[in-house]
Amino acid sequence: MHSNPLKKYWKNPTRRWALLFLGPVVAAFAIGFVWPFIQGIWLSLCKFRLISDAKFIGFGNFAAALEDPSFRHAFWYTALFAVVSLVLINVLAFAVAYVLTQGIKGSNLFRTVFFMPNLIGGIVLGYIWSMIFDGILSRYGTSILMETRYGFWGLIILMLWQQIGYMMIIYIAGLQAVPEDMLEAARIDGANRRQILFRVTIPNVMPSITICTFLSLTNGFKLFDQNMALTAGQPFLIQSDGSAIKTTEMLALNIYNTFYSSSNTSPGVAQAKAVLFFVLVAGLGLLQLSYTRKREVQQ
Amino acid sequence: MKKTFAILLAVVLVLGLFAGCAQTDKPADGEKGSVYWLNFKPELDETIQALGKTYTEKTGVNVKIVTAASGTYSQTLTSEMDKSGAPTLFVIGNQAGVKQWKDYAKDLKGTAIEQELSTDAYNLYDESGKLCSIGYCYECYGIIVNPTLIEQAGHSMDEIKNFEGLKAVAEDIHARAAELGFDAFSSSDMDGSSSWRFTGHMANLEYFYEERDAGGWTECPASLSGKYMENFKNLYDLCINNSLTAPTDLATGGHDAENEFKTGKAAFFVNGSWEYAAVSEAVPNATMIPYYCGVEGEEKAGLNCGTENCWAVNAKASEADQQATIDFMVWLVTDPDASAKMVEQLGIMPYKKAAASSNGFLNDAAKYTDNGCYVMDWATNYQPNVDDYRATLVAALNQYNADQSDANWEAVKTAFVDGWAVQYAAANK
Repeated sequence: MHSNPLKKYWKNPTRRWALLFLGPVVAAFAIGFVWPFIQGIWLSLCKFRLISDAKFIGFGNFAAALEDPSFRHAFWYTALFAVVSLVLINVLAFAVAYVLTQGIKGSNLFRTVFFMPNLIGGIVLGYIWSMIFDGILSRYGTSILMETRYGFWGLIILMLWQQIGYMMIIYIAGLQAVPEDMLEAARIDGANRRQILFRVTIPNVMPSITICTFLSLTNGFKLFDQNMALTAGQPFLIQSDGSAIKTTEMLALNIYNTFYSSSNTSPGVAQAKAVLFFVLVAGLGLLQLSYTRKREVQQ
Repeated sequence: MKKTFAILLAVVLVLGLFAGCAQTDKPADGEKGSVYWLNFKPELDETIQALGKTYTEKTGVNVKIVTAASGTYSQTLTSEMDKSGAPTLFVIGNQAGVKQWKDYAKDLKGTAIEQELSTDAYNLYDESGKLCSIGYCYECYGIIVNPTLIEQAGHSMDEIKNFEGLKAVAEDIHARAAELGFDAFSSSDMDGSSSWRFTGHMANLEYFYEERDAGGWTECPASLSGKYMENFKNLYDLCINNSLTAPTDLATGGHDAENEFKTGKAAFFVNGSWEYAAVSEAVPNATMIPYYCGVEGEEKAGLNCGTENCWAVNAKASEADQQATIDFMVWLVTDPDASAKMVEQLGIMPYKKAAASSNGFLNDAAKYTDNGCYVMDWATNYQPNVDDYRATLVAALNQYNADQSDANWEAVKTAFVDGWAVQYAAANK
């Protein structure tokens, strides 16, 4: 008598119940992510004003998106921003985490304080920081909206302030997981602090570094609220033909602005930009993951 | 028992997910039709919610009114029109809007509401001549003046009949600001809450005079000549250089121009008739003068009158809903009680049977017209790709405010004149 393998499979109560309990999440994921995502790709091939009223036009939107100089400018600006913020956020977050795991007094208080900025929403942060920056810059008769570099570094400072605390928590978790006996062995073998940091500690926190670099890279690329609230792309470079380059406009804001400009083709072009944007962020994220993963060590 | 409970919980969870998709706004009665008004003016919300309720009680027709948050009308409209219970009554405020939404606008020619209009001046047509939307109120803008302060400074309103006069008075007040205790112009902030007073309103003087030279525009021109840029510069310079706030401090704003005017710190305030209620409490004799800018014959100028408040009826709604909507509109503009409440908020309604206006600035506008002055209509409504166009202009003005060099003014001119052509091309792709 041979038992039906399917029946055997379902005999396991965990398997039987798994479907039911996975159900809500799968449904939410399908409704809130998978379906809009597929629809988004479809719409990037359409001319539309309302999404229920879309007309297929092929790849014209992608051509228009790639030809748009503002999109190209936004891409390079965003890339520069993402790289600078990636490096600074991670170096500073690691440094703070390192200091706060050395057992100094009041570590817990500092951790809380550093983490708190992360609890404030991006739009609010943008407006608050624009007031702070202008409070300083107005003494010199200028404003954050007047120069591209002010806008760039302003946004970097804002993002550092917001993100360092969050990354710090991840690094602290990583640092606390470094086995004490390994550190002790290194000390007994005569390694100095610097050697311990670079040869023992950092290789052991590689998983945290992987996560943090991934988060800060994708955050940098996806940045929207802070960008909109702080400078909204200002200052513009007025070209001689009357067009303007929004010098501090990042990709996400560029897509948003394209979508809501009044040409009848623009929603489709914005949608095409969004698809390109997704491919870019996903591709970079995966590349970075595979790169740092290779450097993780097994304890 | 436990199992049943677990299943029940799971089912409830899953159902919860779909709750948002449920249709809650089905018309109560399919035959009768219902009204869904997506309102554009936040300040009108309270009044029309109450009127909607009254109308439902009176007629049994379901009226739903949703107000889009300030500055988000186009986003809200885009998403609402996509739903199954789409708005039956919405706003198409300018030619750019007509271009975007004309397929969804019922031709209002010959409808009952069109018969009630007292003027055709505020209606919007598409290029085929379809009446896409009709004005339900109009407004005027110009320079609000506090005559008491002008007199305190030793001048009189009679001196201000053209740019020369305005300039003399404003510069004199600014020069003696410390001694007088008030300044000429209130702050002209360039942040989002205030920059439209210049990029949208004051810019109109340039467009208007070009339009007048061309014998009137019926659709957005592909380019501007910039012939009256010097006149715009005249008034703009006067405004920023004779003000409470230094021009270099205007970029991010934060000065409350309305309050500066209300508290008597400034004699001039660039704004419109919607400010009447707020301003007249503190300055009961506040009056509005035209944009004097040095154009020949401007002694005969009137105020800038126009509107972005134009009703459109959704052509894709059911016949019954369209009819119910038009009936509701007619009621709003003819019922003495309802129209009085509307006028209280809107200032004035261009309908034959609507209540009379109590807005001092709109009455000023009428006075100018009665005296044979020309109305400066809102050519500004033609601004192509309006958000981008204005944002670019703001950026250029920021640079100019920080450093009033010729090069920076050239950039303003480029953004103003060439930017028009660029945005026109972008909007008509």
